[in-house]
Amino acid sequence: MLSISGLSKTYEARGGGKTLALTELDLMVRRSEFISVVGPSGCGKSTLLKILAGILPRSTGEIELAGELLTGPSRHIGLVFQAPLLLPWLTVKENILVPAKIQRLDLVAAAKRADELIEMVGLGAFARSYPKELSGGMQQRVGICRALIHDPDFLLMDEPFGALDAMTRETMNAELQRIWSLSGKTVMLITHSIPEAVYLADRVIVMTPRPGRIVDDIAIDLPRPRDLAMHSNPQFGEYVMRIRRHFNSEGSLDA
Amino acid sequence: MTRPSTKHLAAAAQQIALLAVVLGVWEASVRIFDVPAIVLPSPISIFEQLVKLLGSALFYRHIWVTLSEILGGFVLGSAAGILLGTAIGLSRVLARLLFPYVIAFETMPKVAIAPIIVIWAGYGTGSKVIIAALIVFFPLLANTVMGLRSAPREEIEMLRAFTATRWQIFRMAQLKHALPHIFTGLDIAIVLSVIGAIVGEFVGAKAGLGYLILQNNFNFNIAGSFAVLFVLSGIGIVLHWIVSAVHERVVFWVDSAPALSRN
Ligand SMILES: Nc1ncnc2c1ncn2[C@@H]1O[C@H](COP(=O)(O)OP(=O)(O)O)[C@@H](O)[C@H]1O
Ligand SMILES: [Mg+2]
Repeated sequence: MLSISGLSKTYEARGGGKTLALTELDLMVRRSEFISVVGPSGCGKSTLLKILAGILPRSTGEIELAGELLTGPSRHIGLVFQAPLLLPWLTVKENILVPAKIQRLDLVAAAKRADELIEMVGLGAFARSYPKELSGGMQQRVGICRALIHDPDFLLMDEPFGALDAMTRETMNAELQRIWSLSGKTVMLITHSIPEAVYLADRVIVMTPRPGRIVDDIAIDLPRPRDLAMHSNPQFGEYVMRIRRHFNSEGSLDA
Repeated sequence: MTRPSTKHLAAAAQQIALLAVVLGVWEASVRIFDVPAIVLPSPISIFEQLVKLLGSALFYRHIWVTLSEILGGFVLGSAAGILLGTAIGLSRVLARLLFPYVIAFETMPKVAIAPIIVIWAGYGTGSKVIIAALIVFFPLLANTVMGLRSAPREEIEMLRAFTATRWQIFRMAQLKHALPHIFTGLDIAIVLSVIGAIVGEFVGAKAGLGYLILQNNFNFNIAGSFAVLFVLSGIGIVLHWIVSAVHERVVFWVDSAPALSRN
């Protein structure tokens, strides 16, 4: 589904300073796999995601997505950002339809799909509301619907629940798991919460601080569907500990 | 929103009360100190002049002349400012090329240009439309440039990630972000356009409210001048209200309305 080889990224500041944000990054992701990427702040997680989304040029390396070399933004990708980034002059439903409009999809079919997505995330009563009438968690759910409207094979998420309180976050995790298991999409979730990463993923990719590279790639062998009780499962705890050990020496990671 | 609430009504009542007090003090002072009408006419004599003006058919022709100058200058200057502002706002190359000239043009006092415009375009309404347009042009240009640049980078990246073209990004985000700024510009422009039209008429005209003020002054009918002035400011207020109302309706997603439009 996705194959990254030899990827690196150097930011060049206007003053001539250079920041090596990513280096020698290789990664293979299989179809329908749920991958979490964890790492401390500033290790290049967002950089990786922006490169995959085609909105940031890479310095070296090759990326193949769904059998094609990646050269720019792709219709195969649906992106969820840390902030909801909804357009304030559009209703919930209109916001969800933005990618469909951009990609000139059949709007009748897309509108029907939008209604289904809105129902799925439990916002049925808010289809005609404007973003400012919604809470942060509700807005983030709209952002997830928007990322799914064009039925992308690959869902990319950059700390989508970072701004949410713990309870909303748990609900959203459960919802995301459900969406993923129903749709069979490939998902890459960037997070700095280790328990969240383990709870949701088939595989957790651990990144080191600058320059970002992959130091561990852990298959999470826990039964599905997972519920909140999973957090007290001893095997779950072992995965969390194993990942946490990577950061004790190299910097802290809030969980 | 312009929904009349008790709060709004109370504010209006206070404003009217203030007007009554000011007029009362004015009338009383003129009488007590016996101020000559040529220096400061009393409110009552101004009111009499106003009634006389409103009763004459010719007055409405003057209103129409000035109103068409104001609206013509407003539309022409705004359109030019928005168009050039869009070009400059979207293209760094054009911005670098044109900005020095735009600034140079803006620092030129339009009042000083007005006589030249009248020589070029004549004593009719055309020259006034041009003068008003020249004054209106810059606020719209500046606000359009600023507005287009105010679109958050993350939002543009979001649209790009969903494969939006440059044109789609312009239409779906940048233009929308520019609208509140453009309307702020229009709020200012409609008032400036009134000034432009009157400046033009002062330089040389055969009709219009500015022309009428000059005529009254020559005849030492200061009360008449004041009466025209009040009509003029009434026109300005109504036009400003219209622009503000459209503003609030179009830019509905921004909470705070422009400070001046609240009454
Ligand atoms: N536009 C940029 N210009 C220069 N340096 C940047 C830019 N964006 C990010 N960086 C740097 O690259 C590194 C990785 O950033 P980022 O990918 O945002 O990390 P993360 O998402 O893991 O917190 C950081 O050191 C950051 O300072
Ligand atoms: Mg980040």
